[in-house]
Amino acid sequence: MDRVPILKIGQTLLVPIQVELEDQSVLQLREDLADEIVATGAKGVIIDISAVEIVDSFIGRTLSTIGSMSRLFDADTVLVGMRPAVAITLVELGLSLEGVRTALNAEQGLRLLGAGS
Amino acid sequence: MQLNSDQARIAEFLRDNEDKVVGRWADLTAAGIGHRLSAAELRRELEETYTLVVRSIIGADESAAGELRATLAELSRSRARNGFTPGETALGLFSLKHAVYELVADDKDLVPEFLAFSRTIDDLGLFTFETYAAAREQVIADQGQAMLELTTPVVRLWDGILAVPLVGTLDSARTQVVMEQMLDTLVATGAQHAVIDITGVPTVDTEVAQHLLKTVMAARLMGAECTISGIRPQIAHTIVSLGIEFGDVPTKATLADALAYALKRSGRKVVQA
Repeated sequence: MDRVPILKIGQTLLVPIQVELEDQSVLQLREDLADEIVATGAKGVIIDISAVEIVDSFIGRTLSTIGSMSRLFDADTVLVGMRPAVAITLVELGLSLEGVRTALNAEQGLRLLGAGS
Repeated sequence: MQLNSDQARIAEFLRDNEDKVVGRWADLTAAGIGHRLSAAELRRELEETYTLVVRSIIGADESAAGELRATLAELSRSRARNGFTPGETALGLFSLKHAVYELVADDKDLVPEFLAFSRTIDDLGLFTFETYAAAREQVIADQGQAMLELTTPVVRLWDGILAVPLVGTLDSARTQVVMEQMLDTLVATGAQHAVIDITGVPTVDTEVAQHLLKTVMAARLMGAECTISGIRPQIAHTIVSLGIEFGDVPTKATLADALAYALKRSGRKVVQA
Protein backbone atom coordinates (compact mmCIF):
# COMPACT_ATOMS: atom_id res chain seq x y z
CA MET A 1 0.00 0.00 0.00
CA ASP A 2 1.28 3.44 -0.92
CA ARG A 3 1.17 6.05 1.79
CA VAL A 4 0.03 9.48 0.64
CA PRO A 5 2.38 12.31 1.66
CA ILE A 6 1.09 15.32 3.60
CA LEU A 7 3.01 18.58 3.16
CA LYS A 8 2.67 21.57 5.44
CA ILE A 9 2.85 25.01 3.82
CA GLY A 10 2.11 27.82 6.25
CA GLN A 11 -1.31 27.24 7.72
CA THR A 12 -2.26 24.83 4.95
CA LEU A 13 -1.74 21.11 4.51
CA LEU A 14 -1.17 20.00 0.93
CA VAL A 15 -2.00 16.40 0.03
CA PRO A 16 -0.86 15.52 -3.48
CA ILE A 17 -2.26 12.11 -4.37
CA GLN A 18 0.00 10.71 -7.07
CA VAL A 19 -1.09 7.07 -7.00
CA GLU A 20 -4.30 5.27 -7.83
CA LEU A 21 -6.27 5.25 -4.59
CA GLU A 22 -7.14 2.01 -2.87
CA ASP A 23 -9.62 1.60 -0.04
CA GLN A 24 -6.81 1.00 2.47
CA SER A 25 -4.70 3.98 1.44
CA VAL A 26 -7.61 6.42 1.60
CA LEU A 27 -8.54 5.20 5.10
CA GLN A 28 -4.92 5.56 6.13
CA LEU A 29 -4.91 9.08 4.70
CA ARG A 30 -7.95 9.99 6.79
CA GLU A 31 -6.17 8.90 9.97
CA ASP A 32 -2.89 10.59 9.06
CA LEU A 33 -4.67 13.83 8.22
CA ALA A 34 -6.55 13.91 11.51
CA ASP A 35 -3.28 13.49 13.42
CA GLU A 36 -1.53 16.06 11.24
CA ILE A 37 -4.22 18.76 11.55
CA VAL A 38 -4.24 18.39 15.33
CA ALA A 39 -0.44 18.42 15.48
CA THR A 40 0.03 21.47 13.23
CA GLY A 41 -3.15 23.42 13.89
CA ALA A 42 -3.64 23.84 10.15
CA LYS A 43 -6.59 25.93 8.96
CA GLY A 44 -6.94 24.43 5.54
CA VAL A 45 -6.40 21.19 3.64
CA ILE A 46 -5.88 20.94 -0.10
CA ILE A 47 -6.26 17.47 -1.58
CA ASP A 48 -4.96 17.31 -5.14
CA ILE A 49 -6.53 14.44 -7.10
CA SER A 50 -5.46 15.53 -10.58
CA ALA A 51 -3.54 12.29 -11.05
CA VAL A 52 -6.40 10.10 -9.89
CA GLU A 53 -8.29 8.44 -12.71
CA ILE A 54 -10.73 6.28 -10.76
CA VAL A 55 -12.86 7.34 -7.81
CA ASP A 56 -15.47 4.83 -6.69
CA SER A 57 -18.32 5.39 -4.26
CA PHE A 58 -16.27 4.28 -1.26
CA ILE A 59 -13.40 6.64 -1.98
CA GLY A 60 -15.86 9.42 -2.80
CA ARG A 61 -17.63 8.99 0.52
CA THR A 62 -14.36 8.75 2.44
CA LEU A 63 -13.11 12.00 0.86
CA SER A 64 -16.41 13.53 1.92
CA THR A 65 -15.95 12.36 5.53
CA ILE A 66 -12.40 13.75 5.50
CA GLY A 67 -14.02 17.12 4.80
CA SER A 68 -16.53 16.79 7.63
CA MET A 69 -13.79 15.60 9.96
CA SER A 70 -11.44 18.52 9.25
CA ARG A 71 -14.41 20.83 9.82
CA LEU A 72 -14.42 19.56 13.43
CA PHE A 73 -10.84 20.83 13.78
CA ASP A 74 -11.90 24.14 12.19
CA ALA A 75 -10.06 23.43 8.96
CA ASP A 76 -11.55 23.79 5.46
CA THR A 77 -11.00 21.06 2.91
CA VAL A 78 -10.68 21.82 -0.78
CA LEU A 79 -10.58 19.03 -3.33
CA VAL A 80 -8.69 20.24 -6.39
CA GLY A 81 -7.95 19.05 -9.92
CA MET A 82 -10.73 16.54 -10.34
CA ARG A 83 -10.73 15.11 -13.85
CA PRO A 84 -13.86 15.49 -16.02
CA ALA A 85 -14.32 11.72 -16.28
CA VAL A 86 -14.17 11.41 -12.50
CA ALA A 87 -16.70 14.23 -12.04
CA ILE A 88 -19.10 12.58 -14.49
CA THR A 89 -18.76 9.24 -12.71
CA LEU A 90 -19.44 10.78 -9.31
CA VAL A 91 -22.55 12.53 -10.64
CA GLU A 92 -23.77 9.25 -12.13
CA LEU A 93 -23.16 7.59 -8.76
CA GLY A 94 -25.22 10.34 -7.15
CA LEU A 95 -22.39 11.55 -4.90
CA SER A 96 -22.20 15.29 -4.30
CA LEU A 97 -19.27 15.27 -1.86
CA GLU A 98 -20.88 17.11 1.04
CA GLY A 99 -18.39 18.69 3.38
CA VAL A 100 -15.66 19.48 0.88
CA ARG A 101 -15.24 22.45 -1.40
CA THR A 102 -13.81 22.05 -4.87
CA ALA A 103 -11.51 24.02 -7.14
CA LEU A 104 -10.11 23.48 -10.61
CA ASN A 105 -6.46 23.52 -9.56
CA ALA A 106 -4.23 23.92 -6.54
CA GLU A 107 -3.76 27.66 -7.16
CA GLN A 108 -7.47 28.36 -7.16
CA GLY A 109 -7.84 26.08 -4.14
CA LEU A 110 -5.32 28.16 -2.20
CA ARG A 111 -7.13 31.34 -3.18
CA LEU A 112 -10.41 29.80 -2.00
CA LEU A 113 -8.89 29.04 1.42
CA GLY A 114 -7.38 32.53 1.60
CA ALA A 115 -10.73 34.12 0.83
CA GLY A 116 -12.46 32.05 3.49
CA SER A 117 -10.17 32.94 6.39
CA MET B 1 -32.03 -19.11 -53.15
CA GLN B 2 -32.81 -22.72 -52.47
CA LEU B 3 -32.13 -25.32 -55.10
CA ASN B 4 -35.18 -25.14 -57.35
CA SER B 5 -35.55 -28.14 -59.61
CA ASP B 6 -39.05 -26.88 -60.37
CA GLN B 7 -37.45 -23.96 -62.15
CA ALA B 8 -35.13 -25.96 -64.32
CA ARG B 9 -36.91 -25.24 -67.56
CA ILE B 10 -37.44 -21.58 -66.98
CA ALA B 11 -33.79 -21.31 -66.05
CA GLU B 12 -32.86 -22.83 -69.36
CA PHE B 13 -35.26 -20.50 -71.10
CA LEU B 14 -33.72 -17.50 -69.34
CA ARG B 15 -30.25 -18.55 -70.31
CA ASP B 16 -31.19 -18.98 -73.94
CA ASN B 17 -33.00 -15.64 -74.17
CA GLU B 18 -30.60 -13.51 -72.16
CA ASP B 19 -30.27 -10.75 -74.72
CA LYS B 20 -33.99 -10.31 -75.26
CA VAL B 21 -34.91 -10.43 -71.55
CA VAL B 22 -32.15 -8.10 -70.37
CA GLY B 23 -32.96 -5.66 -73.16
CA ARG B 24 -36.62 -5.53 -72.20
CA TRP B 25 -35.74 -5.42 -68.48
CA ALA B 26 -33.43 -2.48 -69.03
CA ASP B 27 -36.15 -0.61 -70.92
CA LEU B 28 -38.72 -1.21 -68.18
CA THR B 29 -36.33 -0.23 -65.39
CA ALA B 30 -35.19 2.88 -67.22
CA ALA B 31 -38.83 3.93 -67.63
CA GLY B 32 -39.41 3.28 -63.91
CA ILE B 33 -36.50 5.27 -62.53
CA GLY B 34 -36.72 8.08 -65.07
CA HIS B 35 -33.39 7.76 -66.89
CA ARG B 36 -31.29 8.92 -64.00
CA LEU B 37 -28.66 6.31 -64.82
CA SER B 38 -27.02 6.13 -68.20
CA ALA B 39 -28.33 3.31 -70.40
CA ALA B 40 -24.95 1.61 -70.59
CA GLU B 41 -24.44 1.72 -66.84
CA LEU B 42 -27.89 0.32 -66.16
CA ARG B 43 -27.43 -2.40 -68.75
CA ARG B 44 -24.12 -3.45 -67.19
CA GLU B 45 -25.65 -3.64 -63.70
CA LEU B 46 -28.63 -5.63 -64.91
CA GLU B 47 -26.52 -8.04 -66.95
CA GLU B 48 -24.42 -8.84 -63.90
CA THR B 49 -27.51 -9.36 -61.76
CA TYR B 50 -29.21 -11.39 -64.47
CA THR B 51 -26.33 -13.83 -64.80
CA LEU B 52 -26.32 -14.36 -61.04
CA VAL B 53 -30.11 -14.81 -60.90
CA VAL B 54 -29.94 -17.48 -63.59
CA ARG B 55 -27.00 -19.20 -61.91
CA SER B 56 -28.73 -19.28 -58.55
CA ILE B 57 -32.00 -20.56 -60.02
CA ILE B 58 -30.20 -23.42 -61.72
CA GLY B 59 -28.59 -24.12 -58.38
CA ALA B 60 -25.54 -25.50 -60.13
CA ASP B 61 -23.05 -23.79 -57.85
CA GLU B 62 -23.47 -22.89 -54.19
CA SER B 63 -21.69 -19.57 -54.38
CA ALA B 64 -24.17 -17.99 -56.81
CA ALA B 65 -26.87 -17.29 -54.18
CA GLY B 66 -24.37 -15.59 -51.87
CA GLU B 67 -22.87 -13.57 -54.70
CA LEU B 68 -26.32 -12.54 -55.86
CA ARG B 69 -27.24 -11.25 -52.41
CA ALA B 70 -23.95 -9.38 -52.10
CA THR B 71 -24.44 -7.78 -55.53
CA LEU B 72 -28.03 -6.79 -54.72
CA ALA B 73 -26.97 -5.40 -51.33
CA GLU B 74 -24.29 -3.28 -53.00
CA LEU B 75 -26.78 -2.16 -55.63
CA SER B 76 -29.44 -1.07 -53.14
CA ARG B 77 -26.84 0.67 -50.99
CA SER B 78 -25.65 2.72 -53.94
CA ARG B 79 -29.28 3.46 -54.85
CA ALA B 80 -29.93 4.65 -51.28
CA ARG B 81 -26.92 6.94 -51.36
CA ASN B 82 -27.88 8.35 -54.76
CA GLY B 83 -31.30 9.34 -53.52
CA PHE B 84 -33.49 6.76 -55.26
CA THR B 85 -36.70 5.86 -53.43
CA PRO B 86 -37.04 2.31 -52.06
CA GLY B 87 -39.91 1.82 -54.52
CA GLU B 88 -37.66 2.60 -57.46
CA THR B 89 -34.99 0.31 -56.09
CA ALA B 90 -37.32 -2.66 -55.70
CA LEU B 91 -39.02 -1.86 -59.01
CA GLY B 92 -35.69 -2.49 -60.70
CA LEU B 93 -35.99 -6.15 -59.73
CA PHE B 94 -39.73 -6.53 -60.15
CA SER B 95 -39.60 -5.37 -63.74
CA LEU B 96 -37.57 -8.49 -64.47
CA LYS B 97 -40.80 -10.42 -63.84
CA HIS B 98 -42.62 -8.31 -66.40
CA ALA B 99 -39.88 -8.76 -68.93
CA VAL B 100 -39.87 -12.53 -68.48
CA TYR B 101 -43.65 -12.81 -68.36
CA GLU B 102 -44.05 -11.05 -71.69
CA LEU B 103 -41.88 -13.78 -73.23
CA VAL B 104 -43.30 -16.85 -71.49
CA ALA B 105 -46.99 -15.86 -71.52
CA ASP B 106 -47.62 -17.77 -74.74
CA ASP B 107 -45.90 -20.92 -73.59
CA LYS B 108 -48.37 -22.81 -71.36
CA ASP B 109 -45.75 -25.27 -70.07
CA LEU B 110 -43.62 -22.52 -68.64
CA VAL B 111 -46.35 -20.70 -66.69
CA PRO B 112 -46.28 -22.89 -63.51
CA GLU B 113 -42.53 -22.50 -63.36
CA PHE B 114 -42.92 -18.81 -63.90
CA LEU B 115 -44.90 -18.63 -60.64
CA ALA B 116 -42.03 -20.22 -58.72
CA PHE B 117 -39.62 -17.87 -60.46
CA SER B 118 -41.85 -14.94 -59.54
CA ARG B 119 -41.73 -15.93 -55.87
CA THR B 120 -37.94 -16.04 -56.01
CA ILE B 121 -37.83 -12.54 -57.46
CA ASP B 122 -40.26 -11.33 -54.78
CA ASP B 123 -37.90 -12.63 -52.10
CA LEU B 124 -35.01 -10.82 -53.74
CA GLY B 125 -37.10 -7.65 -53.99
CA LEU B 126 -37.83 -7.78 -50.27
CA PHE B 127 -34.15 -8.32 -49.63
CA THR B 128 -33.19 -5.21 -51.62
CA PHE B 129 -35.82 -3.27 -49.71
CA GLU B 130 -34.38 -4.33 -46.37
CA THR B 131 -30.83 -3.51 -47.45
CA TYR B 132 -32.01 -0.17 -48.76
CA ALA B 133 -33.68 0.63 -45.43
CA ALA B 134 -30.57 -0.41 -43.49
CA ALA B 135 -28.37 1.77 -45.73
CA ARG B 136 -30.67 4.76 -45.18
CA GLU B 137 -30.59 4.18 -41.41
CA GLN B 138 -26.81 4.28 -41.63
CA VAL B 139 -26.91 7.58 -43.53
CA ILE B 140 -29.23 9.05 -40.88
CA ALA B 141 -27.04 7.81 -38.04
CA ASP B 142 -23.96 9.35 -39.69
CA GLN B 143 -25.72 12.68 -40.09
CA GLY B 144 -26.83 12.56 -36.45
CA GLN B 145 -23.25 12.04 -35.40
CA ALA B 146 -22.08 14.92 -37.56
CA MET B 147 -24.74 17.19 -36.07
CA LEU B 148 -23.73 16.16 -32.58
CA GLU B 149 -20.20 17.34 -33.23
CA LEU B 150 -21.29 20.54 -34.93
CA THR B 151 -23.77 21.88 -32.44
CA THR B 152 -21.90 21.78 -29.15
CA PRO B 153 -19.36 24.59 -29.08
CA VAL B 154 -17.85 25.89 -25.86
CA VAL B 155 -17.01 29.59 -26.17
CA ARG B 156 -15.02 31.91 -23.94
CA LEU B 157 -17.07 34.95 -22.93
CA TRP B 158 -14.54 36.56 -20.67
CA ASP B 159 -11.35 35.67 -18.88
CA GLY B 160 -12.47 32.79 -16.66
CA ILE B 161 -16.05 32.68 -17.96
CA LEU B 162 -17.22 30.09 -20.47
CA ALA B 163 -20.53 29.81 -22.31
CA VAL B 164 -22.14 26.71 -23.77
CA PRO B 165 -24.94 27.78 -26.14
CA LEU B 166 -27.13 24.72 -26.62
CA VAL B 167 -29.17 24.45 -29.81
CA GLY B 168 -31.58 21.63 -30.47
CA THR B 169 -33.08 18.80 -28.50
CA LEU B 170 -31.10 17.60 -25.53
CA ASP B 171 -30.95 13.82 -25.13
CA SER B 172 -28.62 11.67 -23.06
CA ALA B 173 -26.10 11.21 -25.88
CA ARG B 174 -25.82 14.95 -26.49
CA THR B 175 -25.71 15.76 -22.80
CA GLN B 176 -22.76 13.43 -22.49
CA VAL B 177 -20.90 15.20 -25.32
CA VAL B 178 -21.76 18.67 -23.99
CA MET B 179 -20.75 17.70 -20.46
CA GLU B 180 -17.42 16.25 -21.53
CA GLN B 181 -16.55 19.19 -23.78
CA MET B 182 -17.48 21.72 -21.14
CA LEU B 183 -15.56 19.98 -18.36
CA ASP B 184 -12.51 19.49 -20.59
CA THR B 185 -12.55 23.19 -21.47
CA LEU B 186 -12.89 24.11 -17.78
CA VAL B 187 -9.72 22.16 -17.05
CA ALA B 188 -7.89 23.52 -20.08
CA THR B 189 -8.71 27.18 -19.42
CA GLY B 190 -9.02 27.15 -15.64
CA ALA B 191 -12.30 29.05 -15.97
CA GLN B 192 -14.30 29.23 -12.77
CA HIS B 193 -17.66 30.11 -14.29
CA ALA B 194 -19.67 28.40 -16.97
CA VAL B 195 -22.97 29.55 -18.42
CA ILE B 196 -25.23 26.97 -20.06
CA ASP B 197 -27.51 28.86 -22.42
CA ILE B 198 -30.68 26.99 -23.38
CA THR B 199 -32.24 29.64 -25.63
CA GLY B 200 -32.02 27.20 -28.55
CA VAL B 201 -33.48 24.21 -26.72
CA PRO B 202 -37.07 23.82 -27.96
CA THR B 203 -38.52 21.94 -24.99
CA VAL B 204 -37.48 21.26 -21.44
CA ASP B 205 -39.03 18.25 -19.75
CA THR B 206 -38.02 16.40 -16.60
CA GLU B 207 -35.43 14.37 -18.50
CA VAL B 208 -33.74 17.42 -20.04
CA ALA B 209 -33.77 19.15 -16.65
CA GLN B 210 -32.15 16.09 -15.14
CA HIS B 211 -29.43 16.20 -17.79
CA LEU B 212 -28.80 19.91 -17.18
CA LEU B 213 -28.57 19.37 -13.43
CA LYS B 214 -26.09 16.53 -13.89
CA THR B 215 -23.88 18.80 -15.96
CA VAL B 216 -24.05 21.53 -13.34
CA MET B 217 -23.24 19.06 -10.54
CA ALA B 218 -20.25 17.68 -12.43
CA ALA B 219 -18.91 21.21 -12.97
CA ARG B 220 -19.37 21.94 -9.28
CA LEU B 221 -17.47 18.82 -8.29
CA MET B 222 -14.59 20.11 -10.36
CA GLY B 223 -14.73 23.46 -8.63
CA ALA B 224 -16.47 25.64 -11.20
CA GLU B 225 -19.73 27.49 -10.86
CA CYS B 226 -22.50 26.94 -13.36
CA THR B 227 -25.39 29.19 -14.35
CA ILE B 228 -28.31 28.25 -16.58
CA SER B 229 -29.53 31.06 -18.82
CA GLY B 230 -31.90 31.67 -21.71
CA ILE B 231 -35.07 30.38 -20.14
CA ARG B 232 -37.90 31.57 -22.36
CA PRO B 233 -41.35 32.36 -20.93
CA GLN B 234 -43.00 29.21 -22.32
CA ILE B 235 -40.15 27.09 -20.96
CA ALA B 236 -40.45 28.72 -17.54
CA HIS B 237 -44.14 27.89 -17.66
CA THR B 238 -43.44 24.24 -18.48
CA ILE B 239 -40.79 23.98 -15.78
CA VAL B 240 -43.20 25.27 -13.14
CA SER B 241 -46.10 23.11 -14.37
CA LEU B 242 -43.96 19.98 -14.29
CA GLY B 243 -42.73 20.86 -10.82
CA ILE B 244 -39.07 20.71 -11.85
CA GLU B 245 -36.74 21.98 -9.13
CA PHE B 246 -33.41 23.49 -10.12
CA GLY B 247 -32.46 23.66 -6.45
CA ASP B 248 -29.70 26.13 -5.70
CA VAL B 249 -28.53 26.33 -9.31
CA PRO B 250 -28.64 29.99 -10.37
CA THR B 251 -30.89 30.57 -13.38
CA LYS B 252 -31.07 33.75 -15.46
CA ALA B 253 -33.40 34.96 -18.18
CA THR B 254 -30.75 35.91 -20.72
CA LEU B 255 -27.11 35.23 -21.47
CA ALA B 256 -26.37 38.89 -20.72
CA ASP B 257 -27.81 38.53 -17.21
CA ALA B 258 -25.77 35.40 -16.66
CA LEU B 259 -22.58 37.15 -17.82
CA ALA B 260 -23.26 40.08 -15.50
CA TYR B 261 -23.84 37.65 -12.65
CA ALA B 262 -20.64 35.69 -13.39
CA LEU B 263 -18.63 38.93 -13.57
CA LYS B 264 -20.02 40.01 -10.22
CA ARG B 265 -19.27 36.63 -8.67
CA SER B 266 -15.68 36.80 -9.87
CA GLY B 267 -15.33 40.20 -8.20
CA ARG B 268 -15.34 42.30 -11.37
CA LYS B 269 -17.27 45.47 -11.91
CA VAL B 270 -18.41 46.78 -15.27
CA VAL B 271 -18.50 50.58 -15.42
CA GLN B 272 -19.21 53.14 -18.11
CA ALA B 273 -16.00 54.39 -19.67
